[in-house]
Amino acid sequence: MSGWRHPDLGQAVDRSRILRFSFDGAAVEGFAGDTLASALLASGTRILGRSFKYHRPRGLMAMGAAEPNAVFDVTLDGRTIPNQRATLTPLLDGMQVRSVNTAGSAGRDPLGALDLLHHFLPAGFYYKTFMAMGWMRWEPMIRRMAGLGRVNANWHPPADVETMNAAPQVLVIGAGPAGLAAAKAAAESGSRVWLIEETCALGGTLRWRGGQIDGADWTVFRDATLAAIEAAGGRVLTDTTLWGAFDHGLFTAWQRRSDAPDIHWRLRPSRTILAAGAIERPMWFSGNDLPGVMGAEAALHHLVLHGAVAGRRIILATAGDGAYPVAGALCAAGAEVTIADARHVTPDAPEGVHLLRGTRIEAATGHGAVRRAVLDHKALDADTVLMAGGWTPSVQLHCQAGGKLDWDETRDALVPRPGTSAVTTVGAANARYGLSEALAEGHAASGGSGPAPRPTVETGWSYAPLRPDCTLKGRVWIDMQNDVTLKDVAVAAREGYTSVEHLKRFTTLGMATDQGRTSNFAGLSAMAALTGRTIPETGTTTFRPPVQPVPLAVIGGRRRGALFNPPRRLMLEGAHKAAGARFREYGGWLRPAVYGAGDEAALALEEAQVARATAGLYDASPLGKIEILGPRAAELLDFTGYVRMSTLTQGRARYGLMLSETGIVYDDGVVLRLADDHFVLSASSSHVAGVIQKLEDARQDRFGSDGVVIIDRTAYWSTLSLTGPAARSVLNRAGLPDHGLPHMSVAETESDCVPLRIARISFTGDRSYEISVPAQQAAAFEARLVHALEAEGGRRIGLEAVMLLRAEKGYILVGKDTDGVTMPHDLGWTAPRERRTDEFVGKRSLFTAEAGRSDRRQLVGLVAEDDRGALPTGAHVVAPAGMRRSQGFVTSSGPAPGAGGSHALAMIEGGLSRMGEVIRIFHLGDIRHARIAPACLFDPVGGRLDG
Amino acid sequence: MQIFPCPFCGPREEHEFLFAAEAGKVRPEPAAKVSDEEWAAYLYHNDAPKGIAREIWYHQTCGTYFLMTRDTVTRDVKDSRFLSEAST
Repeated sequence: MSGWRHPDLGQAVDRSRILRFSFDGAAVEGFAGDTLASALLASGTRILGRSFKYHRPRGLMAMGAAEPNAVFDVTLDGRTIPNQRATLTPLLDGMQVRSVNTAGSAGRDPLGALDLLHHFLPAGFYYKTFMAMGWMRWEPMIRRMAGLGRVNANWHPPADVETMNAAPQVLVIGAGPAGLAAAKAAAESGSRVWLIEETCALGGTLRWRGGQIDGADWTVFRDATLAAIEAAGGRVLTDTTLWGAFDHGLFTAWQRRSDAPDIHWRLRPSRTILAAGAIERPMWFSGNDLPGVMGAEAALHHLVLHGAVAGRRIILATAGDGAYPVAGALCAAGAEVTIADARHVTPDAPEGVHLLRGTRIEAATGHGAVRRAVLDHKALDADTVLMAGGWTPSVQLHCQAGGKLDWDETRDALVPRPGTSAVTTVGAANARYGLSEALAEGHAASGGSGPAPRPTVETGWSYAPLRPDCTLKGRVWIDMQNDVTLKDVAVAAREGYTSVEHLKRFTTLGMATDQGRTSNFAGLSAMAALTGRTIPETGTTTFRPPVQPVPLAVIGGRRRGALFNPPRRLMLEGAHKAAGARFREYGGWLRPAVYGAGDEAALALEEAQVARATAGLYDASPLGKIEILGPRAAELLDFTGYVRMSTLTQGRARYGLMLSETGIVYDDGVVLRLADDHFVLSASSSHVAGVIQKLEDARQDRFGSDGVVIIDRTAYWSTLSLTGPAARSVLNRAGLPDHGLPHMSVAETESDCVPLRIARISFTGDRSYEISVPAQQAAAFEARLVHALEAEGGRRIGLEAVMLLRAEKGYILVGKDTDGVTMPHDLGWTAPRERRTDEFVGKRSLFTAEAGRSDRRQLVGLVAEDDRGALPTGAHVVAPAGMRRSQGFVTSSGPAPGAGGSHALAMIEGGLSRMGEVIRIFHLGDIRHARIAPACLFDPVGGRLDG
Repeated sequence: MQIFPCPFCGPREEHEFLFAAEAGKVRPEPAAKVSDEEWAAYLYHNDAPKGIAREIWYHQTCGTYFLMTRDTVTRDVKDSRFLSEAST
């Protein structure tokens, strides 16, 4: 117990509202306005979690996004959000907080014994040891032991995060002094400014350090800034994390809201000013990870805002002026404070503070918490050690936006190189730590007119550079979250991983969820020292989004579940539903699978049998209806198709294939010629967009967009396919003209002033009419057709029945019965390849050595040799004897509604010349025998097409 | 998220576009006189330049193929025009 609550201090907390929560099962109290971090600090709870690898006890170390240790699974109202950073999580009543990386609780973790083995677990230990014995075997155990928070697999967060777009004129990231000055100057010159702040309030360091600007309290300056932004039509977003900078000036921000769902912002500002501040560097001494070792600025932050005092006997180790006010404030709050300053020349000690000049901290000791600090070989009792090791500018977004860094020797930091990114960096993020220079730089970045805002009292920020000392005894931690010590860096250097990118991957330095905020500089400078290079020579790692962990639910937004990839809907969906249709997605469309209740396979077979006996009607609306018009329309189709269409006569239809330039079958479909210069191409339902893309490619590239246009009218028409021996009687009964159409022909007509296009095209092998009607008039028309259909003993049939009907005819579905290597001659369609002398897409590819192989997989039918029902789709075909090498696979299979029994289609090596051969079908260890047969099982002469 | 200028629609986000080909390729014809090497080069061999690239892109929403000149390093788009306005 060392942290405590000051009786008066804490400007952000409301002491009249006590909030109760639990930490690892123990009851804790805090105030409204607390963060989880401040409430736990004030409660005296020291061990807030365990380290990732060695399960060492860890406590609160920092503030804001930099906190590496205090990461919790937080449950509220039955909803658990894993890996919440305590410093950024506002305390709410009833929260159940659980520490991470613990086998028990943070305070008592049986795996803490792992720490005793640390000599055997250096950097790279896991890679070397567990790879050798098969990583997969060990991975589950290692993940259980490390793994951070626990995800509740049954919890599905609501898809309620709205994605919003905005284009501010000026985007200011960070609302500290520099950000406020930049936003104020820009707004006063009339720009629409968006000011983004990660925490809940504006002001940055001013909130806990206070200060006067232009002769008044800083809050006056803040309020003037707010007023100016509002007057210019801008916005201020607090609790908003700007997490990524992307190509072409896109920024993404996650706005957290307590009273409404979060918002994900996509911002495209004209100008961006980065004022993200800086992270306080820790110091590097033995035991610097003990609970009770904390950043000095964080201690001041928790003290002033929340009245949470870090300890009672405090050693403040530093080499800079900025920490002196911290010592003064803690002393005034009632703590006993000793400053150990590594410098010999220092400012005067604040009143009541003991100052040791030229004194270096070597170690912090204690079991589970700090008990002593060792200063120049002398041990001093202390319950808290504060570290003020200088500053590291937060330059992530500058680097994400493509910016480079320069080493600034005088400010001991890597700073943005001006002009290398579209982001202007100001203030502490640009290593301008003093209040006046931060205000001036922010003001200037926005082209502010008049004098820059000025503080009444300048703050002292100079510090002597500190570096990790590789000669120190004991374990010196540099990355708390991933448990990397200074020795691990030495191991990496010894093994040759001297590039920072290699160092990062070998030791996992900076790869934790805090993204190395407090650790990257230490690793980098230690490697520089070990290899005798300068820091700029050693380089930095790449910064990538996100700057801060962002829930996937925020990025996914509303595009989940039903809105993830919404299927297209049929105009006649209501009619199908009323008829009892069960819908399923086919190629991006929601279509009737079967009608009625019961076993789907049985229903489909029954529907197909009715269609074979009398008539069936199915909704074929998703079939593409791509119109090609113009004097060169025939020429375009000849070039883009495998089969010539220029020889098609008006009023006739022809089946064709479309190939890609690699000779692979891309799509199949029927082309109708309505007029000399007017064709309709029925592309497969799921290939319409792709077919248009290929047609447009030829039209715009080869035809110079001249003499031909392409129009997609798929959605304009609803198409009903009437099939079966009674199809013509149904048509007659419905009072529709048949026009005596022969198979593969088309007529444009009308009935009761409704335009119709009737085509004799069959996907079932029976006499069929494909009737297209304008979608707006489809419902009444369909009702009329169904009435006649049912009077003739026919019925609606779903897609599953259609699949059975087409399969026993050997009619293919491209992409199901073909794959990414199928060429037209593999389907037995050789004539155009052999005879066409003109150019067409894919032609040359049909004559490569590969295309000419005799053992190519070819489409055939399969008839099972046993009576065990349909062969399994996807099963492999293996030779009748010998090695079980796959010679192909079953592509479609099911009962044969017309022929009886079952039937399958398969792609088999050299299959077309192996008719009658009995082969083995191998599936999940089961072996069956089947005979290779023609793909078409039913009515091979095609007599029923005109039946 | 890059923004590409479609010559027909104007600036749109990159997910609406598909890459089609590097510009300047000429389809070798007639098939009977094209060697395997020539055909393979046409189909598969690309320069993939670091720096300025001339590429054909397809805007899926309006169906326009166009020639875009862009810098593959800085991601700057230099020019965008209809194929009919392109010199090659």
